[in-house]
Amino acid sequence: MNVTTWILQVLEVLAAVAAAPLFLGWVNQCRAWLQNRRAPSVLQPYRNIRKLFHKDAVIANNASPLFRLAPYIVFGTMVTAAAIIPSLGTRLPFTRAADAIALVGLLATARVFVSLAAMDIGTAFGTLGARREMMVGFLAEPALLMVIFVASLISATTALPDISERLATQALGLYPSLAFTAVAFTMVLLAENARIPVDNPSTHLELTMIHEALLLEYSARHLALMEWAAALKLFNYACIGFALFVPWGAAMQQTPLALAAAAPALILKLVIAGAGLAFIETISAKLRVFRAPEFLATAFLFAVLGLLVHLLLGA
Amino acid sequence: MSLPFDLQILNALAALLLLVSFAMLSQRRIVTLVNLLAFQGALLCAATLLLAWRTRDNHLYVSAGLTLALKVIVLPWLLHRLIKRLDVYWDTESLLNVAGTMLIGLLIVVFSFGLAQPISALASTATRSSIGIAVAVVLLAFFMMITRRKATSQVVGFLSMENGLFFGAMSATYGMPMIVEFGVALDVLVAMLVLGVFFFQIREQFDSLDLQHLEALREDR
Repeated sequence: MNVTTWILQVLEVLAAVAAAPLFLGWVNQCRAWLQNRRAPSVLQPYRNIRKLFHKDAVIANNASPLFRLAPYIVFGTMVTAAAIIPSLGTRLPFTRAADAIALVGLLATARVFVSLAAMDIGTAFGTLGARREMMVGFLAEPALLMVIFVASLISATTALPDISERLATQALGLYPSLAFTAVAFTMVLLAENARIPVDNPSTHLELTMIHEALLLEYSARHLALMEWAAALKLFNYACIGFALFVPWGAAMQQTPLALAAAAPALILKLVIAGAGLAFIETISAKLRVFRAPEFLATAFLFAVLGLLVHLLLGA
Repeated sequence: MSLPFDLQILNALAALLLLVSFAMLSQRRIVTLVNLLAFQGALLCAATLLLAWRTRDNHLYVSAGLTLALKVIVLPWLLHRLIKRLDVYWDTESLLNVAGTMLIGLLIVVFSFGLAQPISALASTATRSSIGIAVAVVLLAFFMMITRRKATSQVVGFLSMENGLFFGAMSATYGMPMIVEFGVALDVLVAMLVLGVFFFQIREQFDSLDLQHLEALREDR
């Protein structure tokens, strides 16, 4: 536990925070390409955030302090989560701060504050969005926990860095249980990050939106933080997925050199995952809101099937 | 993992069989249901071939060929033809509460894994751990027959149940005796043909394939 490792830890978190909008931009660009549109630049999310930071914030008269505080809390939780998730190295000091279950709780905290802030002003759309967000959340969370339990059963620990290391070092083989849980995790990722089968991130159609409805009352720096937090959430989920299902390439030492060597692997994984995400979004249609529980029940089913198959076949 | 690679593939195929059963349970479209049945047959055929190669048991090759011919080609083809002629090709079936059905399905899987545990302990085959999956496939198909109302999907459930039984026999004892397998194959084929005739009769009587109509006893026709 010396100074270098902490400096590395801080650098890793800063890199995650800085790279998150880039990942979002990459997903958007891939999506535009697949849909035969002219793609916006990968840097577009940065420009949006910069533009929003330069504007003056407008806040409703009846907004409580919670409304002003929520963006900072949400952004803070996402940064903390980025520190806990072993994206670059599994031996960084902060990755041990919380295990995977606490991480799910941390993500739930962010969701609660987003929803509370959306209901704070008392407009119809905010409340509607908050309710839908909570509905999606309470169905996605058990599925996510089940996914983590399967990985925990295989590696006999709930600490995310340890899970990642065990899975990376075990003998290669066919693991039907991990394949099922990977599908379940992808579905949870799509639902939690307001991607297409559940929510359309680029719509302003009142009847279908979830993510946009939550942020409707925010402007300027608050909105910028919320959007940045959303980008960071997508990045975090992708990194949880890498830690569980493609753990190869992450550094297992604390040296700067090992971490620098892990960076290209992470970038490669992110590029592929972003393209895959865009592909899934392009081939699937947006579900009606009332079909979302069915979608998430399927995710839960996949995760539990993974668990049962692991218990029966030991694979 | 210490298992040899071919057993790993067999386990993966078994897991996929279970997944297909769930897909059938939640599928609304009849033509997709038939395609899923064909896919289940194909998985079964692949598993049989792999097991035949592993055990060097020649009669398993024959039953793999039988599975391919009957369950992947003939029966789905018959079903496709049937639903085309019945004019229900693109029909969908309203399902009650898919999420609830899935959860009950999961309970069924847990139950059948428990049920199969003593059988697996007694069996000496390399594939004994997948007996639980075979039992689950049978019970899930049974459950599907209970939840469906249309005659066509009930028949698909019946055929899927047969697939499960076949897989169970394969993983517990490396397949049934040849003569029994031929007998069962013939039975299924004949049952399919007879049920096909039944479909037309049911529809002529009630103008629909909904089996709820069969439950009411009416003398005043």
